Amino acid sequence: MTPPLNPYFRFDTLVVGAANRLAVTAARAVAETPGAVYNPLFLYARPGLGKTHLLMAIGHAARAIDPSLGVEYLTLDHFIESFHAAIGSGQGEAYRKRFLDVAVLLVDDVQFLTGQRETQAELLRIVDAMQTASRQIVLASDRPPAEIEALDERLIRRFAGGLVIDIAAPDYETKVAILRRKAEERRATFDAGVLEAVAKLPIDNVRELVGGLNRLVAHQAAGEAVSAEQVAVLLGGRAGPDGSRREADRRTGGQADSDSGVPAEFADAGESSSSDRLPAGPPVRPPADEFGDFLSEISATLSQQIETWRGKVAAAILRWGGEGYRTARLELLLEGELTREPDEALREFEADILRLDALRTEAEKVAPALAGSPVFRDPGDVGAAEALLEQAKDGTDPPPAPSTLWRLDALVDAAANRVAVQSAHAVVAQPGQKYNPLVLVGGSGVGKTHLLHGIGNALVAGGLRAVACLAAEEFTGGLIEAIDRDAVAQWRKRYRRADALLVDDVHLVAEKSRSQDELFLLFNQFLESGRQMVFTTAVPLPQLAGVEPRLLTRLEGGLVVDLPPPDREIRQRVTDQLLSEKLEQPDPELAAYLAGRPADSVRAVHGLIQRVLSAAEAQQVKPTVAFARSTLEGTPTRPARRPAPRSSGLVAPGVGGVKSREKMVWDWPDIADRLIEEWR
Amino acid sequence: MRASARSSGGDGMSLVNFAAREITCKIVYYGPGRSGKTTNLQYVFGRVPESRRGRMVSLATHTDRTLFFDFLPLDLGSISGFATKFQLYTVPGQSYYASTRKLVLQGADGVVFVADSQARRLDDNLESLQDMQTNLLAQGVDVRQLPVVFQYNKQDLPGDLILSAPELDDALNFRAVPTFPADALHGGGVFETLKGISELVLRRLAAGGPPE
Repeated sequence: MTPPLNPYFRFDTLVVGAANRLAVTAARAVAETPGAVYNPLFLYARPGLGKTHLLMAIGHAARAIDPSLGVEYLTLDHFIESFHAAIGSGQGEAYRKRFLDVAVLLVDDVQFLTGQRETQAELLRIVDAMQTASRQIVLASDRPPAEIEALDERLIRRFAGGLVIDIAAPDYETKVAILRRKAEERRATFDAGVLEAVAKLPIDNVRELVGGLNRLVAHQAAGEAVSAEQVAVLLGGRAGPDGSRREADRRTGGQADSDSGVPAEFADAGESSSSDRLPAGPPVRPPADEFGDFLSEISATLSQQIETWRGKVAAAILRWGGEGYRTARLELLLEGELTREPDEALREFEADILRLDALRTEAEKVAPALAGSPVFRDPGDVGAAEALLEQAKDGTDPPPAPSTLWRLDALVDAAANRVAVQSAHAVVAQPGQKYNPLVLVGGSGVGKTHLLHGIGNALVAGGLRAVACLAAEEFTGGLIEAIDRDAVAQWRKRYRRADALLVDDVHLVAEKSRSQDELFLLFNQFLESGRQMVFTTAVPLPQLAGVEPRLLTRLEGGLVVDLPPPDREIRQRVTDQLLSEKLEQPDPELAAYLAGRPADSVRAVHGLIQRVLSAAEAQQVKPTVAFARSTLEGTPTRPARRPAPRSSGLVAPGVGGVKSREKMVWDWPDIADRLIEEWR
Repeated sequence: MRASARSSGGDGMSLVNFAAREITCKIVYYGPGRSGKTTNLQYVFGRVPESRRGRMVSLATHTDRTLFFDFLPLDLGSISGFATKFQLYTVPGQSYYASTRKLVLQGADGVVFVADSQARRLDDNLESLQDMQTNLLAQGVDVRQLPVVFQYNKQDLPGDLILSAPELDDALNFRAVPTFPADALHGGGVFETLKGISELVLRRLAAGGPPE
């Protein structure tokens, strides 16, 4: 059974002064985000300065934030006792495991680890396990870890790896605040100056201070009001109930108080501050641990500075990350625990962002499409952004390349399209020499684009560096954009440098005279320099209206080949190919059935097959001819049912014109079911 | 002496070595001869646990005056993950050690000007203060940018021999830097002064770099 948290020991009952401010701040941070900030947190202070109060306050606050949180407070004595008991009963492992359910473990009086080798080893294991599981451990001791005799070096390192913080003796002001609060709690009122006089006594232990106050309360309760002058007499030399006053004297060099009980430096009742003149006469008695005080103040200041840095970096990450920039560089700085000067790093980061913005603005003018490029969002590689902009300026950014999805060898080579495919291979074998331009004519979905990109990819594979492969619409769009930003020269340069020009759907330049002009110019240049051109058109050239004859005749001057709608052979080959890609053992009958379905384009064949395969997959059945038939044509219906029994007497116009059975819904669900469905 | 880790412009940032995760503060006690600079260091030396302090190097003449400089390294241990070290130096106060003073002042992160509160030493204080400013300026350090505190030492002497803190303020502290009355011999005000200058130096760390 672990001791419960003292309900009084909360943050709001703690008087915060310069001496404990840092410790309280750290404790609050730990209570608010257990396991996330300082883990472990090691508090040390001489007895009576509020270690236990702070430990329990963490427990209370953590529970207040999340009542489901497992909080456990125990003294080291208790820890040792229960550990020994557990080992004795063979429950050592269970004892260890129980701490894994604790989110916040508060261990008091850790100084008693001295000489407890097994307990130290056990604590080390627990600290490691809790740290790994991001669970908070807070320890309190009356001395820093390094001064706990025979403490395992690994434990010292673990503690130092979190935050080791001390609570110094309260200063005068804090002592007054503590006394006022305690007096208020005891509903005692004192004459003016009484509490101040108590605070001036050289008692730096809060417990003793409260003990002194209690004595005054008792004295007053006996019927006599205590005056400020009496304080020293009443409490002089006996401030602490346990004689620890003498201990304090010993620590401060044994300089005894004057006979009056009032120490020499407090004989002058005036409020003193560091900027006041020192009282002349006897030497000033310095505080007990001047170096310790110095160290704790320096630690506080430095921690604040480091936190300020971390805060700055974190804020910058949020800000720039929110604006869409890559902040990996800053994240690295935080993760690496500030391994370089953060202000300088932030300045450099922001300078890089400014540079990126400038580059992006410039890029927007040269090539608007470029401005969206992620390289303008990565301050980690400004060089890439610069290079991209430079390319765009020179017009050397590569023209649109063929899509790698379409390969020439994936195209079905059948009698109907053999001429086209073989011409394509000839073009690839001798670009610019045999058929220039090659014009592919065919309806929608017959494979023109496939062939065009396939040629493009084959040309790239054959060693051509820049193959421009784009749709006529894209060509026109780019031109309009270039005109808009007055960068036609760069736009032209981009294509003129290409080694081959492949334009899809060239019929779409009809009625676009500027596009035709540019295409005409390009055409001549490519032809003269023996660079390959390939065009596709959905409209046969003689029927192409709105295109200037000078361009049209040049297109006709190359090799014009037709890509006919797929015949039975092509359909069969396409179906075989696709089914073998999708199925492990394609059914030849299924392939034959599908190839036999009417389709005016390869795309339509693909559509049919896809439909059957998706339906089979959805119903988790093997695609067979019967399944394909029922999918594509619907369930064969009894002739008797069709169409009279369901006829309303009205003949829907156009129904008779639908030739394909699969376009019609022949079997309507039961009318009653439908009504219920609609009602729902 | 120190590597050129810090710039001569009084740039407080360079006292942090991020790669080595080390903070090293160089604090120089400046002031006229016999004002109590070495006494300050000796007092600090006496109050620091042995494990935290290095050997105090004092090069003194046979009349016990500082000949070259005193040097006291303090190891404050790891603070927020930074190995923190303080190096306290004094300069020889006597006017004929001008070049040593310049050398010691080089790369200081903060200066404690230890003034002798005795009324008869006022001119020495002023002379030393001017000397300090000249030396700093010669190193390209603007005294307005460098953390400086004043310590009015020997305030324990009889009142008719010394000037009070406000009087010394009027005479010396026209930049209104923090001041600390002290009795270095007995330790009064020694750590307050050290804390004062340390805070000033450390607060510059995250202040966003040197002022332009």
